Amino acid sequence: MSGRTIRGKVAAVGIGESTYYKHGQSPDAEFVLALQAIVRAAEDAGIDPKEIDGFASYSNDRSDPSRIAAALGIPDLRFSNMQWGGGGGGVAAAVANGAAAIACGYADCVVVFRALAQGQFRRFGQGAPDPTVSGDAAYMAPYGVMSPSQKFGMRATRFMHDYGVKNDVLRAIALTSYRHAQANPRAVMYGRPLDAETYDNSRWIVEPVNRLFDCCQENDGAAAMIIVSAERAKDLRQKPAYILGAAQGSDHRCGAGVLNASNFGSSSFATVAPRLYETAGVSPSDIDVLQSYENFTTGVMMAVVEHGFCAPEECNEFFTQENLAAPTGRVPLNTSGGNLAECYMHGLGLQLEAVRQIRGESCNQVPDVKLAMNIAGPMVTPVSSLIMGSEETL
Amino acid sequence: MSDSYLPAGMPAPVPSPDGLDVPYWEGTRRGELMVQRCGGCGNWQWGPEWMCHKCNSFDIKWEQVEGKGLIYSWERPWHPVHPALKERGPYTAVLVELPHAGNIRMVGNLLGPDDQDVVIGRAVEAVFEPHDDAPTPYTLVQWRFS
Repeated sequence: MSGRTIRGKVAAVGIGESTYYKHGQSPDAEFVLALQAIVRAAEDAGIDPKEIDGFASYSNDRSDPSRIAAALGIPDLRFSNMQWGGGGGGVAAAVANGAAAIACGYADCVVVFRALAQGQFRRFGQGAPDPTVSGDAAYMAPYGVMSPSQKFGMRATRFMHDYGVKNDVLRAIALTSYRHAQANPRAVMYGRPLDAETYDNSRWIVEPVNRLFDCCQENDGAAAMIIVSAERAKDLRQKPAYILGAAQGSDHRCGAGVLNASNFGSSSFATVAPRLYETAGVSPSDIDVLQSYENFTTGVMMAVVEHGFCAPEECNEFFTQENLAAPTGRVPLNTSGGNLAECYMHGLGLQLEAVRQIRGESCNQVPDVKLAMNIAGPMVTPVSSLIMGSEETL
Repeated sequence: MSDSYLPAGMPAPVPSPDGLDVPYWEGTRRGELMVQRCGGCGNWQWGPEWMCHKCNSFDIKWEQVEGKGLIYSWERPWHPVHPALKERGPYTAVLVELPHAGNIRMVGNLLGPDDQDVVIGRAVEAVFEPHDDAPTPYTLVQWRFS
């Protein structure tokens, strides 16, 4: 292993979240939700919030680190980082950026956070209200291609066409998230189970790839995760979840305009996933539990394929509830209920769930988890993914 | 504009303020499909950009191409995400590949019945759809089976 690696140098030691709400139902302002999540993450870690000296987020989070630092009374703000790119592709990258800052000494205690109250600002699932559009949008919005579901739908259509994938795959992913949420009191869909018949009868959002239950929720909430050096982690009260590897980016011309990405029928991970495994020094078969961002079930499908859990031609056999459900599935997936059924915390909730699995504290605990993976924001660019491990994996 | 595929009130395209894609939008008004081609290496590219992605030349030309292609992918949105679409019902969007122009792709609507079968690989031809009454008149490029 080369010296230029993050492997084992940084660990997650505290996690926290606000109450998760349906969009528009939070009684608290978005900034308050951010503070609640950060304070709870500090409590979980057993540290004073004033010890936080760095911030990392993504997708142009509105809660400015300087304002948070002022609110918390932080004496020395040492690191403020924003990962480029919209969507949830930056979750793992934000963790990785914070970890890099710790590893090279820019900061000692970084909080990775995301606060998003869609009910207080614009909802992601609605088209922009502007009467005119220019740039890339001028070539799509006038044709009714505006929302994420519509912008990404044709990538999935092409992938499923190329590999003969049936919609049963998407149903299995959706039902698995809802099944897991029934054991998770934090989940917005807790107590609201989903069965196959209801899924099959749900309306199309975008035919032939997105029914209602294939799409993430729109929520109000915040989540936060505190990371420190491996040395510091040993002295804190929680079982550390060490960062073994992380990677971000996208392949050739992924961001080319008007849906001209070279590798179109994909989730943008073709070059990212191999780098992830290389830095972590593990392979897909080593992973005990997987959290994979659901903007849409199609994104999960393609991201899981691109991370090597099955070949694209094997989707119809691999994606079954039996294979995906905790605790006994081959690759337990989205064990908190994820963006579909816990909360669309823009994917950071999935990262927190990976930490819980390493600790052994999940509502849908997989036995003896040593390696937990988190995949962020499929189909956007840049995307990112990350592998965490318990102490015995170092 | 009663003969437009989608209802009135959809977002209207305007050229980029920096002038990048003025030749495309002026071309559609004339019923011509103009796309980018590198003056240095001959590479076709889309969407519009200031530089050739292949040889990194800034010598980007605009060239008229025949309005025909193959369906590369498709989707049929049912859920309206814009007020103008509330009463429209499902509509079909296609991604069309232009094999005679370096396999660049364009987005448009597939004209015809809203429930027609869409087949990846099937040939389509461009149909220019003028919106002359818009504050800044513009023309969309739609597609139909050829």
